Amino acid sequence: MSVSRLSFRRLAGAVSLGLALASGAVHAAGEQYFPLQSYRVGPYAAGGTGFFGGFIDYMQLINTRDGGVNGVKLTWSECETEYVVEKGVECYERLKKGLNGAPAAATNPLSVGIAYATLDRSTADRIPLITINHGRTDSTDGSVFPYVFPLQLNPYSEVSAIVNYVGQREGGFEKLKGKKIVTLYHGSPYGKETIPILDILAKKYGFTVTHIEVPHPGTEQQSQWLNIRRIKPDWVILRGWGVMNPVALKTAAKTGFPVDHVIGNIWSNSEDDAAPAGDVAKGYISITTHPAGTDFPVLKDIEKHVLKAGKGNLQDPKRFGNVYYNLGVVNGILNVEAVRIAQAKFGKRPLTGEEVRWGFEHLNIDNKRLQELGAVGLVQNLKLSCADHEGGGAVRFQQWDGAHWKVISDWVQADRALLRPIIEKSAAAYAKEKGITPRNCAKES
Amino acid sequence: MDFFLEVLIGGLLAGVMYSMVAIGFVLIYKASGVFNFAQGSMVLFAALTFVSLLERGFPFWGAFAATLAAMLALAFAIERGVLRHLVNRPPITLFMATLGVSFIIEGLAQLLWGAQVHGLDLGIRDEPLEVSGILLSRFDLFAAGIAALLVLGLSLLFSRTRIGLSLRSVADDHLAALAVGIRLQRIWGVVWAVAGFVGLVAGLLWGARLGVQFSLSLVVLKALPVLIIGGFSSIGGAIVGGLIVGAGEKLAEVYVGPIIGDGLENWFPYVLALLFLLVRPAGLFGERAIERV
Repeated sequence: MSVSRLSFRRLAGAVSLGLALASGAVHAAGEQYFPLQSYRVGPYAAGGTGFFGGFIDYMQLINTRDGGVNGVKLTWSECETEYVVEKGVECYERLKKGLNGAPAAATNPLSVGIAYATLDRSTADRIPLITINHGRTDSTDGSVFPYVFPLQLNPYSEVSAIVNYVGQREGGFEKLKGKKIVTLYHGSPYGKETIPILDILAKKYGFTVTHIEVPHPGTEQQSQWLNIRRIKPDWVILRGWGVMNPVALKTAAKTGFPVDHVIGNIWSNSEDDAAPAGDVAKGYISITTHPAGTDFPVLKDIEKHVLKAGKGNLQDPKRFGNVYYNLGVVNGILNVEAVRIAQAKFGKRPLTGEEVRWGFEHLNIDNKRLQELGAVGLVQNLKLSCADHEGGGAVRFQQWDGAHWKVISDWVQADRALLRPIIEKSAAAYAKEKGITPRNCAKES
Repeated sequence: MDFFLEVLIGGLLAGVMYSMVAIGFVLIYKASGVFNFAQGSMVLFAALTFVSLLERGFPFWGAFAATLAAMLALAFAIERGVLRHLVNRPPITLFMATLGVSFIIEGLAQLLWGAQVHGLDLGIRDEPLEVSGILLSRFDLFAAGIAALLVLGLSLLFSRTRIGLSLRSVADDHLAALAVGIRLQRIWGVVWAVAGFVGLVAGLLWGARLGVQFSLSLVVLKALPVLIIGGFSSIGGAIVGGLIVGAGEKLAEVYVGPIIGDGLENWFPYVLALLFLLVRPAGLFGERAIERV
């Protein structure tokens, strides 16, 4: 394919996207609107295009295959954030009022920074803020954070599950005593968030943990990995982001550390994190809440009703079914389910953010529902409540074979009983600081 | 002691990688006085074009030649389309122009080739090489070899060719060069083209090291302290500056980091650069400005 043809196709795509958005605006009334603070350019565009591509394709599937949610069509528009917090806030303000009468259901910025910056606004505007697999850990406590939903997995659950997996691999928790674990973390609030919980887990199980920071963006890690070599850890937990991940794997190999003893967290688990490291990444392990792949019935439906109809959102069709794309699909499933559940209570019509919030808080995705959704193995069982806005807290582990991820474990649950008091304490401190009176979840229906 | 040497040598080799980017800056600054902030974007554009062509079935050298052609076209377009129209403007205007060009190149690169991350394999296994108990990176040694060849090639170009002679005279004094019949704009075009070639080489090495992705354009931030220390107008200075920055940041991270906190690798080179600025404003090998008052 020639460069000029390629360029022309992209320009044509951009023009059609503009026309599609314009036409969407014409018949948006009576529909349910999803404002998308997406990022398709800039340093994190690979994640943004995959995630928002999967999210949009799932909504497209609901419209095309089902005629919407109980007849209410879904509509959306995008605002480019480039993953920049100020732009994310600007996009939030621009989109929050809905689209031509279609009310906004929820925001899904897929950015810790933007989520933090719009948290108070979301609560004031009564629009749910969805931070699937990320965000503030204490927002799990819905009594203090009624509009924030770190669906599936918060950062504390993430590291707790990793330690549980290491315990399994070592032959039991008692074998963790005396082991050495290093956490190599991104030099940002996101990277540092799990330091206290790892210290608690180290104390509980008797292993030593060393936290080593990699300054953003993480293009140089020689000194960190030489330090790791000196420490001689049994395991390294990688809390990376973007370019930091392949560089970590390359530098691990360069300094002789076995990558099959490096465990990546939820933002170190995509093809884009492992593949650029080349052959040396073979054997690298990471967690996942949603495996890559296209064998799930819901993905088959997207292929049939959306992709083959020429309505797919991905620029590069080869990325269909990759980790970020499937996360977008999972996010779409959970958002649509929240709308569906809320419609059962409030009526089959476009809903306000406040009503959709109720839907999220009553999400109950069991095996039967997963079967109906065609998402068995793609989404874990989730049951949310006023007190628990996370709902799952389980992960599986996958290993990179040089070209693909292979799932190598069953679901490993975080120690949520251990984490809950810590989360409640942090949420209570936040409530005190902000003058929030927590809801009494015992009285919530 | 072995550990200290490993950190030191690893830092020196990393510094060579920074120098590869810094050389592109030096070439353009030396010939035209323009601080080309777009050099990082040129590195990204080169690597992204090369790897995208490889993935579309081009053979290695075919992709290299096509990317080189694209880089030359880009370099000429910048020189002709932007900078030629800003001759005799203040340096800050030229700098802002290259800043704008940088964003345009980044945007165009993603529009043209997409936003996904690519792996780039140059066929160099990056397994550790043990020499007298010290682990060395094969890839970094290879990169250092390429950098040495590049510096040698540029030195020959500058010292043994007519075009090199013209380049040196333009670098010394634009007006005097014009007065003796040297076509200034042609020389600038050549320099931008050479900088495009350097960008391609740097892009391939950095792309193989990091993966080809948007963050490649951020390597420019590593080149800035190198330039301040080595001097903006010396290729040798870029190499020495790179070595100082690379070794300094690694040693600081390992030995000072545990005392004052991790993560100083990003800002420590700028501390070094500021110290050099205070003592030697033109850098180690830069030309001191002498003006009649």
